[in-house]
Amino acid sequence: MLLEVKDLKVQYGNIAALHGIDFHVREGEIVTLIGANGAGKTTTLYTICRLPPPEAPKLVAGDILFRGQSIVKTEPHDIVRRLHIALVPEGRHIFGNLTVLENLKLATFARRDQEKINEDYERIFDLFPRLAERRRQRSELLSGGEQQMLAVGRALMSGCQFLMLDEPSMGLAPLLMYDMFRALKRLNEEGMTILLIEQNAHVALEFAHRGYLLETGNIVLAGTSRELMDTPEVHKAYLGG
Amino acid sequence: MKQKLAVPVLLFALLAVVMTLVQFEVIDLYIQTIILFIGINIIISSSLNLVNGHMGEFSCGHAGFIAVGAYVSSVLSVALFAQDRIFGAPLLPPQYTVYAFPVILVIGGLAAAFAGLLVALPSFRTRGDYLAIITIAANYIIITVIINIDKIGGARGFMGMKRVVFAMEDTAAIPWMVLWVFLFTILSIIAIRRFVSSTYGKGIIAIQQDEVAAEIMSVNTNKMKLIAFMLSSGLAGIAGGLYAHVIGYVNPKSFDILKSTEALVMVYLGGMGSITGSILSAVLFTLLLELLRPLQIIKWIVIPLLLIILMQFRPEGIMGNRELVDIFPKLKKFYRFK
Repeated sequence: MLLEVKDLKVQYGNIAALHGIDFHVREGEIVTLIGANGAGKTTTLYTICRLPPPEAPKLVAGDILFRGQSIVKTEPHDIVRRLHIALVPEGRHIFGNLTVLENLKLATFARRDQEKINEDYERIFDLFPRLAERRRQRSELLSGGEQQMLAVGRALMSGCQFLMLDEPSMGLAPLLMYDMFRALKRLNEEGMTILLIEQNAHVALEFAHRGYLLETGNIVLAGTSRELMDTPEVHKAYLGG
Repeated sequence: MKQKLAVPVLLFALLAVVMTLVQFEVIDLYIQTIILFIGINIIISSSLNLVNGHMGEFSCGHAGFIAVGAYVSSVLSVALFAQDRIFGAPLLPPQYTVYAFPVILVIGGLAAAFAGLLVALPSFRTRGDYLAIITIAANYIIITVIINIDKIGGARGFMGMKRVVFAMEDTAAIPWMVLWVFLFTILSIIAIRRFVSSTYGKGIIAIQQDEVAAEIMSVNTNKMKLIAFMLSSGLAGIAGGLYAHVIGYVNPKSFDILKSTEALVMVYLGGMGSITGSILSAVLFTLLLELLRPLQIIKWIVIPLLLIILMQFRPEGIMGNRELVDIFPKLKKFYRFK
């Protein structure tokens, strides 16, 4: 088991955001958390990343195990450095006035394996040829889709083995979105474990192996993508109803 | 190879020219002091730029750290090398001054860096604008502490450093302060430049851009900020030590919020995150202060007014966040800035 979240309860101040959720991700899987706005999806990812408040809320109870070890006390930079977990945050958070190449280079901040780094550049430019074309351009001048590619590329440059994505489809045209998911699928086939957060339940379930439906801080449904696809609850969550 | 040597040769020539001019009293003491102030102000502005420009935090208590460096190095050098009412007879013979002075300056810098650590530890735990408030408070605390230590003169100030400088000049009759200011200015700039262009420096730039993203890119933002802040305040301390020995007298009042503001003005005038901008603005600002001296108190209306005009028409400062080589790419042949 790669990631196990056990009875996770977190609060923003006095307001509970997650009421004790359980889920797990196995090595090599694509798992998706779907749900409407305010269901606690982003909160879950930020809690796993151990980002300090105010980004991540306070962990009140429960445990997060990564490869069997609790990571509740791990610092956020060590999550990336030692455990090789990477996050592609919602809204991309790219370094706007640095070039594409500089953004990617920054992600290698803690890495010392130069040969592997060079390979990773090649891999990313192969995965997203657009980034190779625009490597010397300031990243704030990229289009939304390109910025999203850069955010994913940057996460990969940190040498991650477990990738968490927060709504990668947000603000992307359908065509670009499918491109993105195709790239992610390819990454998965090459061995990357992926945890995906999506509002677009339909696309997410098509892409993932398994899924969880999150509703106001609780997991209300779990199962394989096929099982989830036809349930009325997913339809309801998807339509926000 | 020849081209790589251009900058060192140029700097050395500049040092030689200034030192000769001072040595043979071609330029008077007033102009000499202005030249020294330019050097000191370069250290002050480029070190503050590290925190406010490169890292994007907002520190407004730079003068506090300058004060720490000034007092620590002054007390040390007077206690070691000068006859003083409180510290008594010199502990070391005067011919050691030449060797001991840089060490004393560095100790002053280390003390200031330590003060910086004390300020940074609580303030970087929180986020956002708190650093501005905490550094202003720290600035006042440092001044008040100094005022209330009677042994180092309290509000009267502390002097005796001139005797140390004279002791150096007795050992070898060259303008030592010119040499020290020049040397430490160059060293500070090299230190800052190397720091921001290193892998570590990439982390600083990441923090400036987006702290959350920096953290998920494995940058230990807290540690990074502490290191940058300590380097910045340490260099400010060295500048303080130089200032104290150039003037020969320090007074807690000269390190109040006005001095911090001057440092801020220089940073914003030059451009956030531009080392060459900081150097340029330090030169300009020092000269401007002297040129406007006849206006006396009105000077403090004219200079802030100039700042307002600058913010209106060129809010990014003279250089923006660019370096000289970004504007004149041909200079790359001679030196590399990034």
